[in-house]
Formats: sequence, C-alpha cells, structure tokens
Amino acid sequence: MRLNHEYVTKVLTSFIKDEVEKVGLRNVVVGLSGGIDSALSATLATLALGKERVYAYALPYKTSSEESLNDAKLVADFLGVNFDVIEITPFVDPYFEKFADISRVRKGNVMARMRMIVLFDKSAENNALVLGTSNKTELLLGYGTWYGDMASALNPIGDLYKTQVWDLAEYLGIPEKVIKKKPTADLWVGQSDEDELGFSYKDVDKLLYAMIDERRSKQELVRMGFDEGFVKDVYERIRRNQFKRQLPVIAKVSNRTIGKDFRYSRDWGY
Amino acid sequence: MVKVTLAQMSPVLGDLNKNAEKHFELIEKAIESKSDVIVFPELSLTGYFLRDLVEETSLNIHSHIIKELKEFSKYISIVVGGVYEDEDYLLYNAAFYFEDRELKYIHRKVYLPDYTMFEEGRYFTAGNSFCVFSTRYLKAGILICEDALQVSSIYAMKLQKAEVIFVISNSPTRGLEENKFYSKDFWYTALKYMSLSCNAYTVFVNRVGVEEGVTFWGGSVIFSPMGEIIKECCLFDKEIATTRLDKDEVRRARIVSPFLKDDKASIIAKLIR
Repeated sequence: MRLNHEYVTKVLTSFIKDEVEKVGLRNVVVGLSGGIDSALSATLATLALGKERVYAYALPYKTSSEESLNDAKLVADFLGVNFDVIEITPFVDPYFEKFADISRVRKGNVMARMRMIVLFDKSAENNALVLGTSNKTELLLGYGTWYGDMASALNPIGDLYKTQVWDLAEYLGIPEKVIKKKPTADLWVGQSDEDELGFSYKDVDKLLYAMIDERRSKQELVRMGFDEGFVKDVYERIRRNQFKRQLPVIAKVSNRTIGKDFRYSRDWGY
Repeated sequence: MVKVTLAQMSPVLGDLNKNAEKHFELIEKAIESKSDVIVFPELSLTGYFLRDLVEETSLNIHSHIIKELKEFSKYISIVVGGVYEDEDYLLYNAAFYFEDRELKYIHRKVYLPDYTMFEEGRYFTAGNSFCVFSTRYLKAGILICEDALQVSSIYAMKLQKAEVIFVISNSPTRGLEENKFYSKDFWYTALKYMSLSCNAYTVFVNRVGVEEGVTFWGGSVIFSPMGEIIKECCLFDKEIATTRLDKDEVRRARIVSPFLKDDKASIIAKLIR
C-alpha cells in the first residue's frame, strides 16, 4: 500500500503533461472543493505544467460550508494558480424549485453535475482539459456522481487509494489543514463520507488493496481477519457500481460496433 | 569492440511516418557519433496500444520505410520494432535487423501477452522460433519483451551460443511500492539471469512516454556476460546512450563460468519427445 512517492510523482506529472499536450492543448481546469483529492490533483497539475497553466475554481452552493471555501482558497494560494469562485446556487435553485420533494441525494447529484457543466465550459474557455479528482477508493465503491464529479478528461489520482492520496499529499507538502480534515463531499450540512459509507477509508482501503490489487479470494480475506459481512458488502458495492466505471453500453447491430469490435486507443495518432 | 547506441525514445501511436522521421534523425546522429549499432524499442515505428491500427501500421518487405532503413544500414546496423506483414498477410509484432544495406533478420514475437492490460494475442499472429544469426560484430539473437521472460527463449539463445541478445520492450510501469518497483525488479532480474546463463551481453531497450494512461518506464540497460550492468539509462525520460561491447568479455565469461560447456540439452530433448 505504501508508495515510492518520488517515482509516483514523476509518473503522474508526466502523465498530465503528456496527455494534455498530445491533444494539442496547454492547460487544465480543476474544481477545488477544499478537500484532499482535488488539492492533490491540482498540485500534481501545477508540478506538471506550471501554475499559469492551471485554472482552479471553487464552486460552492449556498449551503456549502464556509470552511470548504476557505480551504479551497488556501490550496489555490499555496499553489499560486489561477483561481475563481463561481457560486452554482442561481443555476441549480430554479431546478430544485420545480421539484418540491427532491431528495438530498438527488440535490447532491444535480449540484455535482452542475459543477461538471461549469468546469467543462471553463475548459473550453481556457483551452484546457478537465482534470479528474476521483480516487481509486471512490471509483471502486461508486461513491460519486456519474457524469458529475466522476466526469473528467484525465484523472491523475484514479489509481491511488484514499490512504495513498493522504500519504502523497503529505510528501508534496500540501497544507496540513487540508490533509487532516474529515473527508466530506459537502453535499449537505454536516455530511461526512465515512458516516455515510458506514466504514472508515483506512479500513476499506486495506480490504480493497487485498481484494483488488492482490486478488485475494473471499475466503482468504476472511482468514486474513476481515469481517465476512464487510467483505460481502464491499464486494457488492463494487459490483453494483460497475456501470458507472464504463461508457454507455451500445446495442450491437452492425459488423463493427464502437467499443466492441471498432477498437482504437484514445491516444491514436498523438 | 562494438559501439552500441540505445535509443530510449517515445513513438507516436499509429503515425508511421512521424515515427520513421524520428528514427532517421536518431540514426543520423548515431552515425555521426560513429556508433556501430543502434537499437530501438519494441514497436518503435508504431507505438504500443495499436488495437485496430495494427493493419494500418504494418510494413512488408517492399515498404519505403524498410527501404530507407536498408540504405542507412550501409553505415550502421539497426534494430527497430514494428508490425510485419508477411506474404500471407499475417501480422506480427516484429523486430527487424538491418546491416550492410540488407534486411538481415526478422524476429516475430513468440509470446504474445494476453492478460491484464495486454491484448496482443487478439491482434498479432505469434512467431514460432528463436534464432541466432551472425552479424558483422557478434552472434546475435533478438527477443521482444515477453519473449525474454520465458525460459524457452533463454535456452534457445544458450543452445545457439548467442554472444549478444537484443531485448526490445514496451514494459509498463506497475507496482511502484515504497521499496520496490515491480516491473523494473522483475526485468533486471530476468536480464541478469539471461546474461549469466548464456554468458552473453544482454542489451535491453525499453520505451518511455505515456499511452492510454500507461507510462513506459525506460531504464534501458546492458548486462555484461558476467551479469554486471555496464550501461543504464534513466527512468521515465528519453535518453540516447552509447557504450562499447567487447567480444573478449564474452570469451572471458565463458572461461570464468563455463555454463555452455556443461549444458545437457539431451535432458530437455527427452522431456519434450
């Protein structure tokens, strides 16, 4: 689980530089939530491209916490990148008003997707690609909004567990306040990821590492000391959320179907 | 003495002409520096994750790029990687050896990985031999990436008494843990073993650059016939490195550790009969 931070930083920064420049662009756009994941993605992008080429945005809703916004500013100041605050309240409130009984999960999804709209629009304005900020733990558990915070053009941290995100952030000197704070998607007042998930990131990362990276069977995991119910629950979450990790499924009619037997890499000709 | 240039470069995925130009530039520089042999990585003319681009990027013996490489080989011997289309229109992940204005040898990759992130078996036809051939300098064999990780190839090199083994590769960065680097550890162990057991030089050229989120780690290296590193390129970045191989070192190694003398191929022959 512990990484060679020097090599990982080298790989992730060259990934960002290479993947941005090969499509003929110069810059990246990133949403800063005030949390550790977006702080790490933005830091890696700054190391890769230089601060002038990173455009960061805080995208608060009226119920978002003041602390999150302050932490986003703290990260932007620390990096010295281009920074703007764009409040999404006037964009999403008319939608919420239309549906009086909208649940808080649905509201959270709408907010995440509105942030995605703003970031992709800003990417077009700035000749940039949108930088992803979903880590491996979230991606595996499906703990994110499809085409919301899970949408991006390139994601430097999607193969790092949350535990590794914390470690790498520390190695790169990201302000301690952002590393030490309780993880929250900040979708409603007082929300905490770990309360909502029902387990801690540290615990689930140990399980995920053994299950996914080391390919341990369920029996082995139980023998290793993981609670059987916990193993089943996490496995089931991974299975249920597989659709979110894929492109839309296409019904096959022709001889050569996109994604099935029409297969080219993204980096074709770059 | 043979002066060898390792071209740790990064091709553009699927753009044959652009890649050929890069090759020609590097070859010209190597000629200027009076190098005898230049070695490029696996699929250096095409890039790695080709998928449906395989047929579009293939070369047959009449292709103009092949002709131009032949011309260059008047001045320097050349190992390049590319997609080879044979007379039956079968497509191979191949390595081409040019020398004295001739395409002297084509190695077709035998072990096509088809697991985890790899899908070579879907697109390429597998080769079925590991040959050693004479060059102007040393008796040489060529292995492409996974070929070198299977014992049969090492044994084939040993039986045919290769003096230098060119291993060209597209090895992805994996397992970057705190105190180990899975792909590098794995490779260096395999290469060192190959050098020691064949008493031969192993010249490993691995690409760099990023494709599909996969970073190729470089770290091109030469192991001497005594299993020692005599040249090592940096990790992750492009580098062109030149060094000398000495035929006398092969002789010395075979006297110091005479593994070839004692080999008993008949044991293997019995097993596979």
